[in-house]
Amino acid sequence: MPSLGADMDRGKILEWRKRPGDEIARGEIVVLVDTDKAEIEVESFVAGVLESILVAVGETVPVGTPIARIRTAERAARAGPPARTELPAGPEPATRAAEPAKPPPPLAPTAPRPRPSPGRPHATPLARRVAEELGVDLGGVSGTGPDGAITREDVQAAAAKGRATPSGPVAPAGAPPARDRAATMRSAIAAAMERSNREIPHYFLETRISLGPALAWLATLNAARPIAERVLPAALFVKAVAVAARAVPELNGFWRDGAFVPADTVHVGLIVSLRQGGLLAPALRDTAEKTVPQLMSELRDVVARARAGKLRSSEVSGATISLTNLGDQGAERVFGVIMPPQVGLVGFGRVREEPLASGGLLGVGPVVDATLTGDHRASDGHVGGRFLAALARALAAPEHL
Amino acid sequence: MTRDALYAEILAALSEIAPEADVASLRGDLPLRDQLDLDSMDFLNFLVAVHQRTAVEIPESDYGRLATLDALVAYVGARAAKDRAQE
Amino acid sequence: MTPERVKLSFREAFRLGLRDALLRDERVFLMGEDVGRYGGSYAVSHGLLAEFGPERIRDTPLSESAFVGAGIGAALGGLRPIVEIMTVNFSLLALDQILNSAATLSHMSGGQLHVPLVIRMATGAGRQLAAQHSHSLEGWYAHIPGLRVVAPATLEDARGMLASALADPDPVLIFEHARLYPIEGELAGDAGAVPLGGAALRRTGRDVSLIAYGGTLDRALEAAALLAAEGIEAEVLDLRSLRPLDEVAILATVARTHRVVIADEGWRSGSLSAEVAARIAEHALGELDGPIRRVCSAEVPIPYPKHLEDAALPQSARIAAAARELVGRRG
Repeated sequence: MPSLGADMDRGKILEWRKRPGDEIARGEIVVLVDTDKAEIEVESFVAGVLESILVAVGETVPVGTPIARIRTAERAARAGPPARTELPAGPEPATRAAEPAKPPPPLAPTAPRPRPSPGRPHATPLARRVAEELGVDLGGVSGTGPDGAITREDVQAAAAKGRATPSGPVAPAGAPPARDRAATMRSAIAAAMERSNREIPHYFLETRISLGPALAWLATLNAARPIAERVLPAALFVKAVAVAARAVPELNGFWRDGAFVPADTVHVGLIVSLRQGGLLAPALRDTAEKTVPQLMSELRDVVARARAGKLRSSEVSGATISLTNLGDQGAERVFGVIMPPQVGLVGFGRVREEPLASGGLLGVGPVVDATLTGDHRASDGHVGGRFLAALARALAAPEHL
Repeated sequence: MTRDALYAEILAALSEIAPEADVASLRGDLPLRDQLDLDSMDFLNFLVAVHQRTAVEIPESDYGRLATLDALVAYVGARAAKDRAQE
Repeated sequence: MTPERVKLSFREAFRLGLRDALLRDERVFLMGEDVGRYGGSYAVSHGLLAEFGPERIRDTPLSESAFVGAGIGAALGGLRPIVEIMTVNFSLLALDQILNSAATLSHMSGGQLHVPLVIRMATGAGRQLAAQHSHSLEGWYAHIPGLRVVAPATLEDARGMLASALADPDPVLIFEHARLYPIEGELAGDAGAVPLGGAALRRTGRDVSLIAYGGTLDRALEAAALLAAEGIEAEVLDLRSLRPLDEVAILATVARTHRVVIADEGWRSGSLSAEVAARIAEHALGELDGPIRRVCSAEVPIPYPKHLEDAALPQSARIAAAARELVGRRG
């Protein structure tokens, strides 16, 4: 039904001037239509044969409704019978079979879609990024996105099913070739660092802590212990961080969905540098509950296994606050980048002899610069300051650690 | 244990800690921590491994004397001799 | 006493903006076809000739190139002309003036000359004006350095963009979507000038971003309402300024929802939506959790019959369907 006026929206068939089977020339009148304003003769714009009439005389249909079917010389036969037809089914198939089979031209040319390269899973850019962060192997994930793409939700669902290690860089399962492992680790670290810098507004605080009492205590402890049971300052630092995290819980927990979720216990994550580059961040569980010697033993074990690539996946997750200790490498103080979703990172620099004030007199003693990197969404400098004060207090009384 | 055998044991202990190191090319007279990237944890683990292999105790106060491989070998050798003498 | 909120149409809002400008600065004048005696082909300048006289409201001959050129000359001469080109379709006759003089004189004169010209044009389809009178060529103009291009799609912007455009020392093109003229709404009684730049979030949501401008803004908001009924929360960003684009706002909304549908009444090939999509792909690829989708006019000259014209334009149902598909719900 053609639109025969700007405000016409329906028309009534008054009279069919042609019958099915009739030849129609271009411009020939086919039907008389009532538009409520006038009776209009409607011509055909194509030449061909009137195949079928779809709307009977007296019926009113909206503009745009097909009212008749005309078979033109070039058109191929349709695959199935028309929806409404008055022709008998018999002669039709024979006539159609005689038509040249030519596919109808497509309405809009579509560019051939490039096939995803074999071996490269079809995943959205966001899904790839999240998969890298969570250590999910895309090959094992089925996609529910457009064109079957793997989406972020699909990756998160796969991670939740425990098929992968949650938050943190990848802990290698077997012993892949060192070069591949290093490359994967590098990109995982890069992704984590980028994410941290992008998502987290960092603030930095530092304080100098006098370690005289702590190191003296440690020396006494170690003098009585065999070498395999000796305690390094690092273990003191770990315990002190745990104690401070208990005293200032705003720095012990996770930033999730726009809010801070405090953790109910302290698992200090230790940032371990690997011999050939790269980092791992195993977590020492229930840090605040353990004694310093206990922590030392765990520390040695976990660092050794981290450097040998033999961590368990449960060990690389769950840290509620992290510690980085680059002191031996010479840096006086280290400002680290928080590992999301944690909200704090403590750094310890090199233990060194410095002049200091003690009892109103000038002396020289071992000091260390401790730094705190905080997530400004979860805490502010005041809270960070309290944390560092608690840390210093803990290290000033090592016998209570 | 001969000095060479001791040296070999100590290098083996080092290889446990730093498997990628070409221990054969290390110079005995230069500080170990200048030639290999070892932090305090590594060094401690190294000394523990030396202890396990040689049964020699090393008090913390002596760590400073063990900067080079030569010094370490001499120290361990002397300690081992002394320990044997006391048995 | 000014009432708190006033009920008015877009046409009236544009008129109030014009009247304000004419009252405030005697250098401002309006010229174009039928703006004076006829009151404007869309009745925007109705009554202004009587109020301001023939020196300030000037009827021009049917010659876009001549009167746009005259406007450029007047601007160079120290006046503040508002040139009305009846529709963007006729602006093609003045394209050389707009591109090669208005947009380029400042650059070619090393900054010695500025062309403080404002050109207002009606744009868009939807009223069965057929192939030659239904173009949306804002994207073409947004391609040209030296021009500012804006598309007011709310009453505040219709009322307030003109004043800021007149304050700009360089040419500004204001595109008024013809379908919006009769649409009514509420506006603060003391509404005034609004900044030309900056996109605006007209609706916030977490699931998908709908980016629109001009005639597609209300379609996008309708689509958002359809989607909300299905539990999909769409965010709607009104671009407002097409040149320069508010890239920060565009990337921010994509970073929030990770899925984006761009609604543009221009044809998709080489359109403004293509530019927005390119910027998103260039700077926020890692944020995308699905392909960038565009809903544009069908790649045909705009049809005359109503049902075909409706089918050719980016309607709210199509925008909603694209968003639905991205979010992962079919049907």
